[in-house]
Amino acid sequence: MTSFKHLMVMAVLLFAVGCQSLNQPEPDSLYEDLGQRAGIAQIIEDMLYGVVDDTRIAFQFKGVDIVELHQGLTDHICQLSGGPCTYSGRDMREAHKDMNITATQFNALTENLILAMEKNRISTSAQNRLLARLAPLHSEVRNL
Amino acid sequence: MKRLLLAWITLALLTTGHALAAPGSRLWATGGVTSIEGSAGGGLVPWALLSGYASDQEWSGTLALSQASVDDYTVSFTGASINWHNRVELSVGRQTLDLDTLGAALNEDELTQDIFGVKVRLWGDVLYSPYGQWAVGIQHKRNREFTIPSAVGARDETGTDLYLAGSKLFFAAAFDRNVLVNATLRGTKANQGGLLGFGGDQGDRYDMQLESSVGVFLDRRWLTGVEYRQKPDNLSFARESDWWDVFVAWVPNRHLAITAAWVNLGDIAGLKDQQGAYLSLQGSF
Repeated sequence: MTSFKHLMVMAVLLFAVGCQSLNQPEPDSLYEDLGQRAGIAQIIEDMLYGVVDDTRIAFQFKGVDIVELHQGLTDHICQLSGGPCTYSGRDMREAHKDMNITATQFNALTENLILAMEKNRISTSAQNRLLARLAPLHSEVRNL
Repeated sequence: MKRLLLAWITLALLTTGHALAAPGSRLWATGGVTSIEGSAGGGLVPWALLSGYASDQEWSGTLALSQASVDDYTVSFTGASINWHNRVELSVGRQTLDLDTLGAALNEDELTQDIFGVKVRLWGDVLYSPYGQWAVGIQHKRNREFTIPSAVGARDETGTDLYLAGSKLFFAAAFDRNVLVNATLRGTKANQGGLLGFGGDQGDRYDMQLESSVGVFLDRRWLTGVEYRQKPDNLSFARESDWWDVFVAWVPNRHLAITAAWVNLGDIAGLKDQQGAYLSLQGSF
């Protein structure tokens, strides 16, 4: 009988521990899966190489300080992916206010980002999780 | 012969794809594929997505050939569409039901109809809008032979379906894969999609039918999923069934989409449980 009680107590404890570990927020693996800050910096660099060759959007980047843009985008993605970075630039609506970004241009940038992630062998899972965090910025970037 | 020619043109467009202008800026596979009625969608269900890849400053078009070979029939579709600014989709096509089993008895090889479609995107973007993308559409269908539909009790040889569709992609929604969900509400009088005419002795009113699809992107080139399409039952001579299918679509680039499916068209004109393989080839430009 006591052994049965012991079993029950053990079961309840295990269940409680199990629940607790389920409730604990997982450490954010997206930042790791993107290759930490260095990996993100490489993705952004490859994306920007794609952008300057892309006639749909290259003109939107004329006169932009590319080094500063690279730093800002890297910090932003690093922060969004749960990494130890702080993006201190302008918010997305403010930064794109006068650019009249069309759906075509927004799609072109997303395409260049995805191709850059593929080039850096980022898993489909990590690509999707990053896109999930970026998609809500659409309305701010396009000033909708 | 005409189908062969179209297949050749489609393939020619694909193989010379790199020489053509890009077919548009929307992301891979976000134009869906060409449904069996010519509107962008899955195989059996129109979605809120517009055909091809045109974004808000672009044009695009598609050509498609599809065939479903079920137990006693073969359903084929040949069609084309254009998309203006991801706002309006115009489609045209011909659908044929080969009466493989019944043909000799009925002294008719096939039933054919022409389908003219218009779809307008009302609001939203399937990828980025929190409430997804919404579109309304019509499919105007005209039977080319009405003898058999008339004999089994159909009232009209032409009919127009109206539909409202919503589509939304959820990023990283299942096992970190992107999930595409579609729901379509259709008003229709069509018997077997219109191949057996419109309206009948059991009803000559518009029926509201629900159609839906769920697909999972395994990666950006492979989409697999299921579709379900409710259907009216206007003719007393034979019970009409709902349709469903399980599909895999391969979209290697913006020029080509190949869809394979297992379709279940249920009972058709008294022949039970019509199932079989579906294959569709779509070229975009």
